[in-house]
Amino acid sequence: MNNTNKENSLWAAIKIGLLGGAVALFISLVGMAEVFSKRDVVEKTMTLGQFVLLAISVASGLLAARRTAALLDKPNTASQAAAGLVAGFFSAAILTLFVVIGAKINIRTVFLNASPGLYSMLTLNQGVSGVWILPVAGAVSGLLGALSLSLPNAVRRPLFHAILFIFFMALFSGLFRVVMINQSGFWEKTAKYLFSQTGMTRPGAAIFFALVAAISAFWSAKGQAIKTDVANLPKGGQIGLRVIAFAVIAFIALGLPLVSGAFIAQVIVIVALFILMGLGLNITLGFAGLLDLGFVAFYAIGAYTVGLLTSYGQYGLQHISFWAAIPLAVLVAMAAGFTLGLPVLGVRGDYLAIATLGFGEIVRLLAGSDFLAKYFGGPQGIIGIQKPCIGVLGEFTKVDVPRVCYSLFDAAKPGIELGTPQSIYYIAVASAILIAFVSWRLRESRLGRAWMAIREDEDVAEALGVNLIQTKLLAYMLGAAMAGLGGAIFATLIGSIFATSMQLIVSINVASLIIVGGMGSIPGVIVGAIALIGLPELLREVSEFRYLLYGATLIIMMLAKPEGLWPSKTTQRELHHLDAGTSAE
Amino acid sequence: MRTSISERALDAIVSGVLWGFRILIVLAIVIGTVLAIRAGTYTRAQWIDFVIFGVAQGSIYALIALGYTMVYGILRMINFAHGDIFMTGAFGAYFTATWLTKIGFTDRYPVLGLMIPILVAMIIATLIAMLVERIAYRPLRGAPRLVPLISAIGASFFLEYSFRGIFGPGKYAYPPISALEGEWVVLGIGILKVHVVVMVAAGIMMALLYTLVMYTKVGKAMRAVSENQDTAALMGIDVNKTIVSTFAIGAAMAGAAGVLFSLVYRQIDWFMGFTPGIKAFTAAVLGGIGNIPGAMVGGLVLGVFESVGPSLFLEGLGIIRPYQLKDVIAYTMLVMILLFRPSGILGERLTKQKA
Repeated sequence: MNNTNKENSLWAAIKIGLLGGAVALFISLVGMAEVFSKRDVVEKTMTLGQFVLLAISVASGLLAARRTAALLDKPNTASQAAAGLVAGFFSAAILTLFVVIGAKINIRTVFLNASPGLYSMLTLNQGVSGVWILPVAGAVSGLLGALSLSLPNAVRRPLFHAILFIFFMALFSGLFRVVMINQSGFWEKTAKYLFSQTGMTRPGAAIFFALVAAISAFWSAKGQAIKTDVANLPKGGQIGLRVIAFAVIAFIALGLPLVSGAFIAQVIVIVALFILMGLGLNITLGFAGLLDLGFVAFYAIGAYTVGLLTSYGQYGLQHISFWAAIPLAVLVAMAAGFTLGLPVLGVRGDYLAIATLGFGEIVRLLAGSDFLAKYFGGPQGIIGIQKPCIGVLGEFTKVDVPRVCYSLFDAAKPGIELGTPQSIYYIAVASAILIAFVSWRLRESRLGRAWMAIREDEDVAEALGVNLIQTKLLAYMLGAAMAGLGGAIFATLIGSIFATSMQLIVSINVASLIIVGGMGSIPGVIVGAIALIGLPELLREVSEFRYLLYGATLIIMMLAKPEGLWPSKTTQRELHHLDAGTSAE
Repeated sequence: MRTSISERALDAIVSGVLWGFRILIVLAIVIGTVLAIRAGTYTRAQWIDFVIFGVAQGSIYALIALGYTMVYGILRMINFAHGDIFMTGAFGAYFTATWLTKIGFTDRYPVLGLMIPILVAMIIATLIAMLVERIAYRPLRGAPRLVPLISAIGASFFLEYSFRGIFGPGKYAYPPISALEGEWVVLGIGILKVHVVVMVAAGIMMALLYTLVMYTKVGKAMRAVSENQDTAALMGIDVNKTIVSTFAIGAAMAGAAGVLFSLVYRQIDWFMGFTPGIKAFTAAVLGGIGNIPGAMVGGLVLGVFESVGPSLFLEGLGIIRPYQLKDVIAYTMLVMILLFRPSGILGERLTKQKA
């Protein structure tokens, strides 16, 4: 009996190891390992690529040790360590085999990334003679992973947090470095001490590691006590704390683009725009449960409306100001939502997703076609969109000459033209706050209740007197209006519109950020936008693998946390209720 | 029942707009067709060519549509990644065919040179589809319907961008088979040999599939599970196994379709699965989703419409470069079916449970 369990646990360790090895091989073949190895976690010590591969071995070892503990009657440290060693070894074995085969046969004709660079990275520049390094490193990491299980929680958790933090710091070190060096003086010196060109310096990494480990240890020792203290505060004190937290967040959100430099400012504007659109789709998808994959159609309609109305290029129709065009763009998008929504809102669930996807593609194809090129510019798009102006716009004189922005008080002086990404950022943030407020109030309204009823069960909702078409149509139109607003601001930010930028991927981006953040949750949209739009834009290393990671994230979120990172309270309750329901079956 | 006036007004507007849409589309097609035939830009032989190309293309759509329809029939779920399964098959076939051509095998045995890549494509597509089902779909059975759909979208992205990362973003030229160059003349009409091969191969595959579903034990189990999972389980059918085999068979069809598609269009890339995937889904809906003969009919109808449509009614309406709008026809058809007859050509009325 005990013997078979031992065999089982050996098998389990090998299986886990091979699975980890498959992941490592995938990461190498897809090109991630090599790209990551150009960035250092710790300068001259460990690259990010090595870190990721070792982390896979450590995780394999840890999982195998856990599995052993579950399988054996009397688990002990030695058997767990052995399991970790085996799993770690096998997790590296597949890569070892790959290196050996790659040295004999040229597999690069099929796998583009099986390059000499990858081999030398995997063997620490030793060539085939260094092939022993991999399994040894794997086994040692697996062993470490397994041994970490027997550490007390108070030690293991800070260690884990510190390592995780180091990983994120390594990813972002370039950004921090640039921002800090821009400030010059003390900050510049600190930056040069902590960060190198490609990653962290040794002292930098040590400082971060110690700092995070200490904070984490302190929090796990005292965190509960602090939480109860806060919960025991009088009401006024709690509100005070919230106000302080909110003020800090607002200060950072509003001040960041001013100090960060052009690149980061551009990224923040895009994040703000996606928050805006996410809030719009949140009404359609999060509240009413209608998966709209043609969201980009309304985004395009908003952008083209503003483009046609304000452009000083050859396709400009009216030459009105940005401020007058915005409400029109929103209205046009809303009307489009009405007309497009009518035929398809009768169908249910997943049909709706595909039908709306079709709409999105139809709009893009029509906008970019030669057939309608005399109105929409075809593949050349619409250029020369007037920047917003606080003041009085001069007369439109001739094509391709922007109108001059004069001051409101003195017609001879120039007014304030909002041309930079920073200034558009504030427009986007203001719109996002407005929309967040509107959708918050809507959620608590009678209409919001009706949406949620439809999301949960259409038949029951209808039986209770909710007019399905009307209610769905309202959700769809409001979502469309906000997409239109997003598109309008985007058009002004870029100054030109091309049909090719209105791809399905925009709809998927917006839908994913809602799903990851938490469907129906307003802070969730912000978290989702920062995680899915902001981080990949900031990290050049990751941006190549952005959509690959998106796909993986969507699957993992659905498997592990379908309610999202920051769920609304109702969704969380429902899904947990659901868990209880299925497990009882 | 008490309905307010505003609600009744809205209902009137809704049905008014719907009828407006319907009449507009029918008018556009009829007027366009009449004008195009009057203008006589194309000869009779050209029209026949369009139709033949449409049938070849449509039989590829039909093969992919089978996978959508079977999975939908059994799980009521849109397998969004199915188009990408088709792409993986094409890639597997590409590398095999290139190698076979390089060693001169294809020239010596053209039939085997065609069959082996198809077989490889079917195996690879099946394996990947089973993997996707195991990881991304199986744990989510019984979850709210949006959850597996989102997971499927994730799987689709993951597959596309994995292939982009592993094999690069460029296009690969599928090696031509010299024995398939040129035309055969049937009843005085010249047909490209490739098109004949595509039609025949697709026909054989569909016949095999139909036999499998209608006359074997596995097929019977599939039909039973799609009727009612719980009852099927009580009858001693392994539901899990049946679902996996449904995915596998659908994927094998898609893999074969990937090879046929590459033979016709001569090039493959990582994004090739997206558009055919959506179109095949349209074909499945067109024929009546969940209905196997429906998917075949739907594929053929869509293929012919798409091939004839631009010259027939778009050009008749005075649209310049109508081929740019070829895809618009497919997407419009999708919306039209949902408008006119959501149950599809051969489908039964969509019951609440299936819709």
